[in-house]
Amino acid sequence: MIFWDWGSLYNVFVVLAGVSLLAASAGAIGCFAVLRRRALTGDALAHGALPGLCLAFLIAGERSLPILLLGALASGAAGIGVIALLRRWTRIKEDAAIGIVLSVFFGSGVALMSIIQNWPGGSRARLESFILGKTAGMVRQDVYVIAGLAGLTLVVVLLLYKEFKLVAFDPSFARVQGWPDFWLDFLLMLLVALAVVVGLPAVGVLLMAALLIIPAAAARFWTERLGIMLILSAAFGVLAGVAGTLVSTFLEKIPTGPSIILAGSLLFGVSLLFAPKRGWLARRRENARQRHAARQRRFLSVLYDATEPALPHCVPVPLAQLQAEPAWTTRQLTKLLEDAQRKQWIEREGDTLRLTPRGLEHAGQTARNERLWKLYLEEYTDQAVAQLQTDLPLLESVAEPAVIDALARKLKLE
Amino acid sequence: MPILDVHDVTVAYHRKPVLWDVDWTLDEPRLVGIVGPNGAGKSTLIKAMLGLVPLVSGTVNVFDQPVANVRRRIGYVPQRESVDWDFPVSVLDVALMGTYGSLGWFRRPGAKQRALAEKCLEMVGIRDLEQQQIGQLSGGQQQRTFLARALAQQADVYFMDEPFAGVDAATEQAIFQILRHLRQQGKTIVVVHHDLRTVPRYFDHLILLNVRLVASGPTATVFTDENLRKTYGGRLSILETVGAAVQAQERTP
Repeated sequence: MIFWDWGSLYNVFVVLAGVSLLAASAGAIGCFAVLRRRALTGDALAHGALPGLCLAFLIAGERSLPILLLGALASGAAGIGVIALLRRWTRIKEDAAIGIVLSVFFGSGVALMSIIQNWPGGSRARLESFILGKTAGMVRQDVYVIAGLAGLTLVVVLLLYKEFKLVAFDPSFARVQGWPDFWLDFLLMLLVALAVVVGLPAVGVLLMAALLIIPAAAARFWTERLGIMLILSAAFGVLAGVAGTLVSTFLEKIPTGPSIILAGSLLFGVSLLFAPKRGWLARRRENARQRHAARQRRFLSVLYDATEPALPHCVPVPLAQLQAEPAWTTRQLTKLLEDAQRKQWIEREGDTLRLTPRGLEHAGQTARNERLWKLYLEEYTDQAVAQLQTDLPLLESVAEPAVIDALARKLKLE
Repeated sequence: MPILDVHDVTVAYHRKPVLWDVDWTLDEPRLVGIVGPNGAGKSTLIKAMLGLVPLVSGTVNVFDQPVANVRRRIGYVPQRESVDWDFPVSVLDVALMGTYGSLGWFRRPGAKQRALAEKCLEMVGIRDLEQQQIGQLSGGQQQRTFLARALAQQADVYFMDEPFAGVDAATEQAIFQILRHLRQQGKTIVVVHHDLRTVPRYFDHLILLNVRLVASGPTATVFTDENLRKTYGGRLSILETVGAAVQAQERTP
């Protein structure tokens, strides 16, 4: 679509406003749904809405959005009800129950839709736009509905932030404290259902649940705080919604649903890879650092063990002795040697190397710490295991002085 | 007025009774241990008293009233495995949850609640960790966090489900000191416990449970070879440990 007049520009603005509000409330309420492990219930709700949409059209006989959405809400809720019944009265587990309901409802929805389309006048229903979403038809009235939903979600989340947080984290503690955990869950699912139903025209039944899940999952990578996660998730939703809508508007071949979800997936992918601390790269870097630090400790210990008998004279150590160690590969050893030389811990002399005074001090400290820890783990197993860290901190920083004195004495005796 | 009154309580999961006709009353504040083999229904008994599981029959009263009426006076430490420790909250956030009950609907914790939560974290010795995300804690620190949350409830009766499970020796000592402190303040604490060796040292009142109530009363009179044999059946390895524990108890004046 190419727009050059104010009318089209206005339309695009209306659509963007609607999608932003929708994505923001889905993103925020999606956090609680994901943390409460109800994300798939949202998906069942969305798929379950399709037969209701079709039935509502058959009953109303025309394409009236409010009636269609009411039908969607009713059949989505019926889907959730069937899941609850299956779980309660049969031995079917929740994931299987969700799978069954989701496909049966969606299948019957598609069947109903085909029947309607073959009817005279049925094609005017344009119900297929509900499967993958279409924002082009969004008008100002629709945005009012969406704004109402966003406002409601915002007010409820602000009011019940503490209650939702508690129930999502520890429902039985909440119940002991007297909170009606069932009704809080119910309200949460109601908000999820409203977000899903209002989002159906824009995003479609197939992908609406993703708008609940993806921004929340992406936001979790960046923070350890629920409040920040909510805000980030809403922001990610808006970003995905706006980007997706613009792409879909200018490349008319892509329906809005997939386009918005792809934009969200991009955000998710970036979060997954690049988020500090929780991201894949950061974790990889941290693991590599830890392994290198462990090798370095071993390296210094081996050097110290070889040097110790002749102390205070600092004898050269043959390189072959280090090469024989199974703790590292040749490449890793090269890196350790370079690292140690740069830090001026060792001096290379042909096929031998020697600890510098600075290196000796450092190696001595490392070796002593390793030996103390070894003894500590043997003698105070329980306590030591609790305090053990991969980085092997100086024992002085974790254990009491009396314990260290005792261990040090024992070490001298050996 | 009894503090806790469990009357003829039976609980079943899928027709299989996990608690059978349990009848127990506590009249004075006590540090109570619930002891029995795996699958004896120890946690279920606590959950039955808290109203967390449906009763097939029987009633539970706390301070002569149904549990639902006295929620403000009850504190709870669930099993550590019962929550997702990757949840995006800090140690302080969790401790603050203890104050939610007294806050009521809609109100957020303020400076007063924060001060209380920090005091409770101080008591369990993890004040310096208050800004940490809870997943970064060790098992013992997580257990301390749960205990701080329960302390922030400022309850009169505490129910604790295996608070000593999987914690280091230092934490075990710290938790026991706090239980004793609560007991001295006249609170009642009901603790599910699995380590028979520490039973006589920790508890002054005991419930021996194996689906049915085997014995209950002051530890000194209940913690006997015969009662333990009845509770644990023929599990000899356990009984040997117990023998040592009983002797240890007899030695202490």
